Formats: sequence, structure tokens, C-alpha cells
Amino acid sequence: MNYEIIVVGAGHAGCEAAFACARKGHKTLLITSNLKNIADMPCNPHIGGSAKGIVVREIDALGGIMGKVADKTHLQIKMLNSAKGPAVQSLRAQGDKIAYPKEMIKTLTSLENLEIKEGMVEDLIVNEGKVLGIILEDGTKINAKEVILTTGTYLKADILVGNTRTRKGPHGERPSNFLSDKLKEYGFTIKRLKTGTPQRIARDSIDFSKTKLEPGDNKYLTFSFDLEPCYKIEEQMPCYLTYTTPKTHEIIRANLNKSSMYGALDDIEGIGPRYCPSIEDKVVRFSDKERHQLFIEPESRYYDDMYLQGFSTSMPPEVQEEMVHSLPGFENAKILKYGYAIEYDAIYPTQLKASLETKILENLFTAGQINGTSGYEEAACQGLIAGINASLKLEGKEPLVLKRNEAYIGVLIDDLITKGIRDPYRLLTSRAEFRLILRSDNADLRLRNIGYEVGMIDENQKNRLDQKMSLINECMEYLKNTKIKIDLEKQNILKEYNIEISNTTMTLENLLKRPEITMEIISKLADIPYDETILEQVYINLKYEGYIKKAYKEAEKLIKLEKKQIPNDIDYNKIKNIASEARQKLNEVRPATIAQAIRISGVNPSDISILSVYLKKEYGKDE
Amino acid sequence: MEDTICAIATGGGVGAVSIIKVSGNDAISIVNSIFKGKDLTKVASHTINYGFIVDKDEIIDEVLVSVMKAPKTFTREDVVEINTHGGYAATNKVLETLLLNGCRLAEPGEFTKRAFLNGRIDLLEAEAVMNIIDSKTDIQRKMALNQISGKTSNLINDLRSDMVEIISNINVNIDYPEYDDVDIITNEILLPKITNLKNRIEEILKESENGKLIKDGIKTSIIGRPNVGKSSLLNALLEEDKAIVTDIAGTTRDIVEGNIVLNGILLNIIDTAGIRATDNKIEAIGVEKSLKLMDESDLVLFMLNNNETLTDDIKELLTKVKDKKYLIIINKIDLDRKLDIDYLKQENIVEISVKENIGIDDLKNKIIELFNIEDINMKDPTYLNNTKSITILKNCLKRVADIEQSVKDNLPIDMLEMDIKSIWEELGKINGSTYEEELLDEMFKRFCLGK
Repeated sequence: MNYEIIVVGAGHAGCEAAFACARKGHKTLLITSNLKNIADMPCNPHIGGSAKGIVVREIDALGGIMGKVADKTHLQIKMLNSAKGPAVQSLRAQGDKIAYPKEMIKTLTSLENLEIKEGMVEDLIVNEGKVLGIILEDGTKINAKEVILTTGTYLKADILVGNTRTRKGPHGERPSNFLSDKLKEYGFTIKRLKTGTPQRIARDSIDFSKTKLEPGDNKYLTFSFDLEPCYKIEEQMPCYLTYTTPKTHEIIRANLNKSSMYGALDDIEGIGPRYCPSIEDKVVRFSDKERHQLFIEPESRYYDDMYLQGFSTSMPPEVQEEMVHSLPGFENAKILKYGYAIEYDAIYPTQLKASLETKILENLFTAGQINGTSGYEEAACQGLIAGINASLKLEGKEPLVLKRNEAYIGVLIDDLITKGIRDPYRLLTSRAEFRLILRSDNADLRLRNIGYEVGMIDENQKNRLDQKMSLINECMEYLKNTKIKIDLEKQNILKEYNIEISNTTMTLENLLKRPEITMEIISKLADIPYDETILEQVYINLKYEGYIKKAYKEAEKLIKLEKKQIPNDIDYNKIKNIASEARQKLNEVRPATIAQAIRISGVNPSDISILSVYLKKEYGKDE
Repeated sequence: MEDTICAIATGGGVGAVSIIKVSGNDAISIVNSIFKGKDLTKVASHTINYGFIVDKDEIIDEVLVSVMKAPKTFTREDVVEINTHGGYAATNKVLETLLLNGCRLAEPGEFTKRAFLNGRIDLLEAEAVMNIIDSKTDIQRKMALNQISGKTSNLINDLRSDMVEIISNINVNIDYPEYDDVDIITNEILLPKITNLKNRIEEILKESENGKLIKDGIKTSIIGRPNVGKSSLLNALLEEDKAIVTDIAGTTRDIVEGNIVLNGILLNIIDTAGIRATDNKIEAIGVEKSLKLMDESDLVLFMLNNNETLTDDIKELLTKVKDKKYLIIINKIDLDRKLDIDYLKQENIVEISVKENIGIDDLKNKIIELFNIEDINMKDPTYLNNTKSITILKNCLKRVADIEQSVKDNLPIDMLEMDIKSIWEELGKINGSTYEEELLDEMFKRFCLGK
């Protein structure tokens, strides 16, 4: 049995990685400890969300599959922040936990070069710092040229409920007991992380009249740039909203010592995510808050579990019963699954290159939660990049490294490898300094060509992109050259929006540039012969011209610094003038470029100056 | 495309002439934009040009500007050198104007670094360059720690902390759009907050006492009856003959200025016409001016003649000086004492003889004591750093005003957030407290979010 690439783990990172490798024509094995859990959503049922929705579009633009699978199977979809600026709008779908994995398996099994197998991987075949394959728990060896680890939360996973700790993965699955120890032996630094999940409640035991309805959008939306909407607006399933009560808080306070996190277990090392506190945390840390918001979300069309977002806990079951029953509409609720916390091993991500190949073992790539992130989208995009880069390496080509000004994916990977992590990493809009460039609406314009260059996007898709780009340019010219007379009739239309413009003639471009004029208003004033998606691009570019120009100017500076490479063999101990903290950090991260070095906290501008002078001296390079 | 950088090239002291060096792609065009004289973009390379540095219509200084085009320059970039004449305050004002018009203050050793990177300096000198950067940075690091007074620093910290609240609130609105228990910041809510920020930055600029002291120097006037030795004292302090000294009473009709630096703090000394009732019209204007100047001064050096008795007008003036910071200087102690010293009952007395060079150092020490200059000096060691802070504040003020307009223009809140954040970062440079995770930490500390 010889494969070119083996992907270990079939979660969101693994599926995307395996797809990319096989799509690029490499003989690939996807190995999972349980075939039933391919593309599983063990926690919340969302695909997308703020910033994450943009990542899903980026994955699609680069030729990945998450967006398409979500489009074909979701229960409802929304554009978040639609009332805010274009830079922060982001799609979020309510995934179907049955249909999504099913569609994913269908996509994967249709690939010629991909084989999917069950097996527990407990070691790697390693020779002279190079990975040559994997070793299963029964000792079976499988060789490959590249290995991608996407083991999620399964490394030494412990489920924590009340005062019990059990060596189990999500859903009580078998975890990998030895792989993380082996990685440690090979030289990796391992970090213990923790996350949690709330209860699942039987749908028919909830009184929804006491909750607020949260429907999907009334407008057809898709993640993918290639698909037409394949759902009906009126058939979307709603979510609901409820709140904790004073009684809930009372129960939590009275039972705090029974929570794993508050003393019931005294051996917790894992660091939990700051953005995802348990309900215990929220009640304790925000004691002045009278209530906390909870979302009740359907998990599937095919079964009745409702996910209780916002109520994640590690209380023992009997307390969870009490807590849930104190919620409005949940007086008689039936808990199908109790909430729990899960502790697991991850590798410290500064041990990775920007390609996601590890610095410690050649031909080994890692992606997803093993790298310290959380979230399906964060995992999937890393899987895609690891898959593409493992393939490119086989092909003898340079890796794909997306820059911070090119994609949220670039922001995420750069953050991981440059700054490391303290708690499980989640993408947030505020992490991106170029969010005005990294929009949901232009993910294809940013990334499709790159996807094409690396062999993930086909000719048809590329042609559609080229066509779109030329239409945008045409439309821009059209608006610049077409004049409009604001006559009485048009003034009346404007009056409906409380806008007054005197009787003048102006170009459509100048009209659109006025702060009060929106896409909707202009469509009532003039008949512009271009699609909404085309007009939207032109509109955004005109409306926020100043901001966008500024962002591109900033990006240019970054690009320049990204070009200043630091040789692999640099010995920071030889640069005597560098401050010792900076030296230590540089040794740890070993940045590939000056730009990356600047982003390391603890490295000051003077250290960068000294470094660039040293580089010129030693390597004769211009910084 | 490198930034265009600038710095005062002459040492920390005050010479008659200071040189400001500007280097980078935009060096010529930036200087040209604040220069009144020939069009510098059109003059030949390596020429010296006479003119004025202006801030809009206001003339800051009369200057000579050397224009040197790449590559035959020290850095191998376009270099402009501005020779200023107006002393410390004017030089710094020129520097400030450059910073406000697109230059960046050079980092320690940056000119040399550029010279090296552009191949102007020999490779063997690389080590030396790194040493320069290192040692200068060390000094700067120490400076940065105590860069501004505690009061100003606190004001800026408060300002930034309020900005963090706004920023993290908007970020929560963006990243958790469906959380209804977090306030939604709208443009209407934002507007008064922005106006408040603007007012406070203005206030900090105005009120940062020490900053002002260092920026404008201590405005010092020498007051006294004619021929008491005011001009001689000024000269003694300046160690040059800038004021005209004669023994005819009332020679100094106009005002003579001079600057000295005590422990790095600038004393802007003004010698006034002697105060006495007079029928001479020209001198009367001088007297009026003197009283006015005394009123505007940070420090009054009130000069008395050891060899004369106190007159009634002087006694009256002594009551006027009480509200100011002042020193009573008794000159001519080499002569017989006719002065009624007991009448003075004041503490801040220095006895000197300018003629015999007695007590001048005493006087300097008294001034240092009076203004706590040693203290200030520690907190705020260079003017340069402060020019930087003030420029940052001024830039921020301009940008906050822009944001105010954008809020009114109804720009999306997330775009405004980017502007606010960039000001927050900018302000952080003043007390060196921008760190990346700060905002995220704040966000999760202040707001209750999660699954």
C-alpha cells in the first residue's frame, strides 16, 4: 500500500485537506478512527459567522468544498451585519448535522484518487527528521511521501463532567492515547487546551411560545461562487432566543463547587477559550448581569435535538437538569445530551512554517484544532492550505502562503505561527488589519486566480471570474461616463428618502459618491444595465474609495516587507546587539521575512534595524 | 518606497544655527510644501536656497535650505538640510511642521542605517552602525519610560481607556451581531463620545504643563529700573553681546531676546526697556511693553541696584510681581549697599555682580530650583521626544475632527471603528503602551459572550 499523501483525521480540516490533495491528482489516503464521524459537527451547528463566513467564501474561492457542502444542506442562512459596512458583512448558515456529513462523504467518495479507511494512528514512521508514513495501533505501517495530521480534539482527549474525568473524545469516541507523546518525543512542544459544549434538548419538550423566533434571511444567499441557491426561503428552519433567569443564576452559584472548572476537578491544565466562557464563568465574572442570552438552534431536519447555545457547562448531570428547567420554555425540557468540557493536546503552532509544514519534521503538515484553533471554518481553511501545500511540495513547487492583506486565512495562519496561542484561537474581525480589503463580497476577486494557479480552480471557473472582472471595469466606465439629470420627477423620488439635490446634471459616479445615496436609491433613479453583484463591487469601491486606497497603501508597505526574506540558517546568537527578549523570540519563531519578524511581540523596531543591518552585512541582501 | 525621515542634526545644545536633516523619496517635495522661496523641486542638486519655512501663512523661521538629490548624498536618497536661525523654539517648530506634513521622526541611527543599506558606507562599518543604533536606542528607551509627565500620561491613559471601551463595544457588535444584551453603538451614540475625545485631546495639548515648558521654554523677563544692569545680565547669561549695553539710562528701547538652556530646559529671556515714568515717547512704549511682558512671563527676574535706595514705583511693582514665579536679583553687590534689604522681606533673593561675574551660577541654580527643572529633566529629557508627542497629539486631533465629520456623514460604524482604533494606536506611541492583545483582552473582559 503506497500513497503519496496520508491525511489523518476526517473532520473539517481533514476532509478539506484530502479533497485538495486528491483534486490535485495525488494518490491520497484519508484515515479516520471512526468512519461514522466524517465531517462531524460535535459542537455548534453553524457554518460561518462573523469573519468565519468570509473564510468559508475564501475556501470556496480557492477551490475548497466547505461552502458548497454547506450551501447544499443548510437549515437556514443569514447575512450578518447587513446593516453595517461591507467589510464586516459575513454569512452564517445553520448546518444540518446529518445532511452536511452525508454530502461531504458524497463529494469525497466521488474523487478518483482518494481512499478512505478506518484506523487509529498512534505513531509516525520517521527517519532522519523526515516523515515517511504512519503506524496504526496494531502496528500496521503505511508509507507516504507526505502526512497531514488533522486530529482535532482527539489527542489524549478527556471529557470532564462534574467531578469525573474520562479518557474519551467527542460523543464518547475513542481518543488517540499515544500520538501526542510520540510527537513530544520527536521534539514538539505540546500544549493542553480545553473547550466545552452545551446540552442538547428534545425539540417537542420545549415550549417555544416563551421564546423569540429567529428566522433566516428573506434573500437568497450562497457561500459558493459556483452554486445557485438550492433551498427555499420559506422552508428554512428558525432558531429561537431565550434568557437565563435569576433562578438559573442561583442554582449555578449554589452548585459552583460541583463544576469541573470550579474545583470539582483539581487536575485541569487545559486553557479554555476567552471568547467561549462556560455559563458558570459568565455568572461568576459578570455577576451584575441579570440575565444571559441563549440561542436554541435546530441541529438537523432528520432528528429532534436542539442545541442550547450559550449554556456550555461542566456541571454534573443533576445540576444541569435543574439549570435547564429554570429557563423560560424549558420547564419540562428533556435533556438528550448533557453539556461537558473537553481537554485535549495540541502542538504549539510557532513550530510551523507558513505552509503548515512543521519545522521539526519534514513532510509533516498539521491543520485544525491540533494547531490550537477552534471552529470548523478555522479548521477547514487550514486543511485546505495544508492539502494544497503538501501537494505543491510533491510537485516540487513553492508553497502557497497567503498574506495578511490577501485573506483571513493568511491572518489566521500568520497569527498562529508568529504569535503562538494562549487559548484556543478563534478568528475575529478585529484580528484583520486589512478587513476593508478582505471582504465577503470580493473573496473570488481576491483569491480565485490564486486558486487557479495552484490547480484548484478549473478553466470554467476561471473564465467566469475573468468575465466578472471585465464587467466590473465596464460598469465603472459606464457610471463615469453616463450623466443623469436630476429633474423634478427624480427630486420627488429623492424626497422620499429625505434627500434634496438641486436641478443639476451629474455623472452617475458623482451621484453615487454622495454619502446619502445608496444602491437602492440609485436603482430607482437610473436603469443601470449591470447585475447587482457587479454594481455592488463598483458601489463599494466608489463609496469607500478613501478608506480602500488607504488600506491598499498600508498593504503595499507590508508587501514590501514580506519580500525581505530572512535566510533559514540565520544564527540569532551571533547578532550581539539584539535585545535578549527579542533574541529569544526570534529563535523561537524563526520568522521567514522581516514583516513577520516585526509582528512578533517583544521584538522592537531597533532590533529590526539591527537585524536588517546584520542581514546586509552577512548575506549582502537589501534587508 | 521608504518613509521620508527627519531629525535635528545639530547637538542638543543651542547654537546660533541648527540643522534639520530630511531624507527620503519625498524629502524635497515635503520641504517644498512648507517653504516660501524658490520652487525646491526645480532647483539644481547640491544648491543652497534662501527663504522661509511657513506654517500656512505664518512664517516660522528664516532659513537656508540645501537640496541634494540622490544618489550623491549621505543616505543615497534625496536629502534636504534646513539651516534654521531662530534658536531652539523655532527649530523645533520647523521639525514639528515637517512631521505634520508627511515626514517621520528618524529612529536612532536611522540615517546611518540607510547610508549603510544603500551601500554608502563600507561593510566593515556595519558593526559600528549596529552599535550606534543599540546605544542610541538605550538612551531612547530610558527616555520613553519617563517621556511625559505623570499627569499628561494619566490623561492619555484615560483617553485611551475610553477609546478601548468604544472600540471593543463596536467589535462586539460586529463579531457578535446577535447579542442583544450588549449596547449597540450607533452613529448618534458615537457622536458625543467623539466630540468629547476631541475636546480632551485639545485640553491635553493645552494643559500638559511640562510639555509646554519644554516646548516653548520658560518665558523669562528681566524687569527693573533703567541702568540696573538688565542687558548686562542677559549678556552674561547668553555669554554673547546680543543686547546693547551702555551706561546711558534707557538704551534698550525695544526688546532683546536670547535663549539659554538650563539642564536641557530652554529659558527664553527677554530684556525689557527700563521701567520709569518718562516723557520720552519711544521709551514709554517700552515701559508699557515691559509691564505686559511681565504679565505674560513664566518667570520674572526683578533686578534691583545694590547701590540705590528703593523708589516708590519699584515698591509698587514689587507687589505686582508677587503672583508670578520670580527672583529678586540684587546687582552690583561689588558696590556699597544703599538698598534697604530689610524692606524686601522676600525669600527669592540672589545677590550678584554682573560686572565682577559674581553669583551668576547661583542665579542659574535658583532658577533650576524654582522650576524643579531637575525633576522635569528626568521625566522629560529631550525636547525631541516631546515634539514627537505633541505632533502625535496634533495629528490625532486632526483625525478625530475628521471622524466627527464622518460620523455626521453616516459612514458605517465599522469603518469609524478602524479610524478610532488607528488613533488609539497612535496615542499609545506616546506612552509606549500599545500591545496587540490589549483590545481582545478588553473585549472579553468587558463583555459577556460565548457559546
